[in-house]
Amino acid sequence: MIRTDKPLLSIRKVCVDYVTEHGNARAVNEVSFDIYPGETVGLAGESGCGKSTLAFAIANLHEAPALISEGEILFEGRDILKMSSTQLRDFRWNETSMVFQSAMNSLNPVLKISEQIIDVILAHKKVSKEEAWTRGAELLSTVGIHPSRMDSYPHQLSGGMRQRVVIAIALALRPKLIVMDEPTTALDVVVERDIMDELFELKEKFGFAILFISHDLGLMGEIADRIGIMYAGKLVEMADAAQILEQPQHPYTRGLVGSFPTIHGPRVRLEGIPGNPLNLLETPEGCYFQARCSDCIDKCLTQQPKLTQSAQAGERDRLVACHVATDLEVPA
Amino acid sequence: MTEVMIDKSAPEAGHVEKASIYVEDLVIDFPTDSAIFRRRYMRAVNQVSFVLKAGEALAVVGESGSGKSTCARALCRLYKPTSGKIWLQDVDVNEQQHQLSQRDYAKEVQMIFQDPFGSLNPVHTIRHHLSRPLKIHHPELDEEQIEQRTIEIISRVGLSPAQQTADKYPHELSGGQRQRVAIARALAVGAKFILADEPISMLDVSIRLGILNLMEDMKKDGIGFLYITHDIATARYFAERTAVMYVGHMVEWGNSDSVTQNPQHPYTKLLISAIPEPGIRKDRKEMARKADIPLWTPTSVGCPFAERCLSATEQCKTTMPAVTQLAEDHFVRCFLFE
Amino acid sequence: MTESAHQPPALAAVQSNRFGLVMKKYLTAIARFYRGNPTAIMGTFIVGSLIIMSLAAPLIAQNEPTKRVARGHQPPSMELLFGSTRSGKDVFSQVLHGGRISLTVAFGAAALTTVIAVLVGISAGYFGGKVDEILMSVTNIVLVFPQLPLLIILAAFLGQVGPLIIAVIIGSTSWAWGARIIRSQTMAIRNKEFITSAEVMGESKARIVLVEILPNLISIVVGGFVGTSIYALMAEAGLEFLGLGDPTVITWGTMLYWAQSNSAFIVGAWWDMVVPGMAIAIMGGGLALLNMSIDQISNPKLKTGAYIKIWRKQKAQMIARRARS
Repeated sequence: MIRTDKPLLSIRKVCVDYVTEHGNARAVNEVSFDIYPGETVGLAGESGCGKSTLAFAIANLHEAPALISEGEILFEGRDILKMSSTQLRDFRWNETSMVFQSAMNSLNPVLKISEQIIDVILAHKKVSKEEAWTRGAELLSTVGIHPSRMDSYPHQLSGGMRQRVVIAIALALRPKLIVMDEPTTALDVVVERDIMDELFELKEKFGFAILFISHDLGLMGEIADRIGIMYAGKLVEMADAAQILEQPQHPYTRGLVGSFPTIHGPRVRLEGIPGNPLNLLETPEGCYFQARCSDCIDKCLTQQPKLTQSAQAGERDRLVACHVATDLEVPA
Repeated sequence: MTEVMIDKSAPEAGHVEKASIYVEDLVIDFPTDSAIFRRRYMRAVNQVSFVLKAGEALAVVGESGSGKSTCARALCRLYKPTSGKIWLQDVDVNEQQHQLSQRDYAKEVQMIFQDPFGSLNPVHTIRHHLSRPLKIHHPELDEEQIEQRTIEIISRVGLSPAQQTADKYPHELSGGQRQRVAIARALAVGAKFILADEPISMLDVSIRLGILNLMEDMKKDGIGFLYITHDIATARYFAERTAVMYVGHMVEWGNSDSVTQNPQHPYTKLLISAIPEPGIRKDRKEMARKADIPLWTPTSVGCPFAERCLSATEQCKTTMPAVTQLAEDHFVRCFLFE
Repeated sequence: MTESAHQPPALAAVQSNRFGLVMKKYLTAIARFYRGNPTAIMGTFIVGSLIIMSLAAPLIAQNEPTKRVARGHQPPSMELLFGSTRSGKDVFSQVLHGGRISLTVAFGAAALTTVIAVLVGISAGYFGGKVDEILMSVTNIVLVFPQLPLLIILAAFLGQVGPLIIAVIIGSTSWAWGARIIRSQTMAIRNKEFITSAEVMGESKARIVLVEILPNLISIVVGGFVGTSIYALMAEAGLEFLGLGDPTVITWGTMLYWAQSNSAFIVGAWWDMVVPGMAIAIMGGGLALLNMSIDQISNPKLKTGAYIKIWRKQKAQMIARRARS
């Protein structure tokens, strides 16, 4: 489905380098994609693929030794990377908010929940403390926490409840985009399920876009409209969620999808992906996935594949970066 | 109440069975304060019984606080049971009189841990990690044989080139490689039983299957596994038998396929429904009430799931259900089936 | 069979290779420590040169430190590089010979302190329970004692004490802080799974402490040693300056004592006091630099590595590029 409206967030050829004495490790390598209003885009990959680095870059939060060396990140047309610090402060949380990995552990343990929510509201909007308190109580009930818990300290709440508080704080100013980096990884599966369900309802109700970053493809498949797969800093495939999970084209995506044993499918021996993650300081010529790919051909060893439209007819907005997948002659 | 997990249908009953570890009515309490008088305890494991057989895997599935890790550590003799017994073949593992030394017990039972980055000492080479257990448990080997065995074991767990890997330090290996070294260490000891406490949950997704498949191959060499996990899908993939634990109690157990495809206990059903199934935006009806997970004490009564269970009755809150056998290898503890 | 006489080639190759690898590992670690770390280079240079000069004292200094070679309070000149003391002795020779003793006391006391701190800290951290409680009570008591007054009282009580006694006194009273730090580090390591694994494997407790835990603590132990050396150097000089040391032995501290009693500054013989003072200050400074550089390795977040300069340069380039586009 091709969208004709303007994208909310447009990431164009962004590169993020980690500077070390041995050279630069390119953690995000010319990544480009768009997020449209109200859409949920999932970004999947394993450790070292650059997805968390990209999340930080979107809010321009990187400090030494990381450096956003190239590219643009356009939010409704404005480049985030060129914003001054006042503009950034307005931008952050009003337009885009973030939920980081293990965010439930980033709540200040000596402040009550109410104080933390009120702090965020007052930092960005000129309202009175009472108004902020009411707003905070509203937010908590939106995420399924009784407002009486406003006076609790973080350690008095369970892990799942803390994560809900963090999501409530992210929603405080009704942003248009929420970036979530592994929001449920540290939680038990039943709690994770509840939170994902609530998130889905909130999304339907408020219409915000979500950039959902995770290694759990199954979870992503439930909430995301489109999914992008990252490997060693590059975006290697991007398509509708159903297409990624049922007809993956890139060998890495195929390996990744096949790495999840299902609870109801047949009991067969699965293989995962052989080899080890790539050392970003020693990148090969040609495709970064060559060492672990079973479909590797000669071209893969010398030329880096570009993210191009899929060769299949009728899938014009399906992107994949693989010589083997795009060189296929598909019968009409 | 305690005979439930032993394979009654075993045709060879009567002569010596394969090596096995038998846990009988295990109860483990931990103090929650340091008072001298009227100290309070929490009950981490309550009346758990199971059998671990060589060449097979038993998965213990549960969420945090279910007591699954505590069971594994009790099997390693890291915790002393408050009551109940653990038998290795027919030797009581915790008996005071004929003290089974840690070295002798270690020869049979080893453990691998969740964190691949914490389970190896950063200042020692891989060779040192593997030659130490060989030196301790096989004193009859001379230096050359130890070196040979070390290289053999490194290749056995799929790390090549073996010679180069032996010289490396842990920080030079990836998470999956370190976990393989941890498995190699258990092999070096020569253990017949390996207790794996969430061995793959901190690894990259594409690496996990490699480790599980390695453990599957080791089963063929006669090693028995206790596989602790919160991921019931990998439990079904790897283990022949699965047990589900909740707040220190074993609520349903048996053959993995029976338990996962035909769950009977309300908690097992809740767990299985929580697993994401992509594409299916399930209209999940409410499967359980929202309540806090109870803290179990030695004086608590009733079924631990009673607070959250939609089919709970008064009896559920006051009495612990007995074990019901549903099929040849499928057992459950729930009044719905008595 | 000639098995015993001739090792099979494979094993011999591995062993010699292993030795080479271990040497290479240490040398590269040392090289990496110094590269781009000016504090480490300077610190080592200062400390190293002072130690070497003191050790080579009989070779460098022409005059005996206790021999009267000139008139009293002669200013520095070509013959007497640092002038002479009130009794006409060669200050240059004294400062070099005195350095031997001062430095021996400093490092000796630091070594004693470190040994006690390691023993107490690791035992308390690893064994826990009653052992921990008892050791920590003792440590807390020693910690609370005011150090310098205690040293003064002990020294006065024992009369005029020589450098050896001073070293022992300092060594046995300064270990408490280090013990606490080592204890908390040990407790952090103790909970790591490689320790549990060693226990489950059947290793003896002694082996676990010496072979598994101790090597992980090397950087704080070395840092503690260097820090304590500074303190011991100052404490020794302080005690002797106050007259509690043995004035017949020549150390930097007693040099200061004699200079003070002979009112060196007032009569204008500044070299008598400044030279030993500078020696102490420079040595202390060099040790402090070394301490700082060790800190940098154990805590990379201090952002003082070489990569920061490269990062700043690249960031400036990036900003310029963005402004242009």
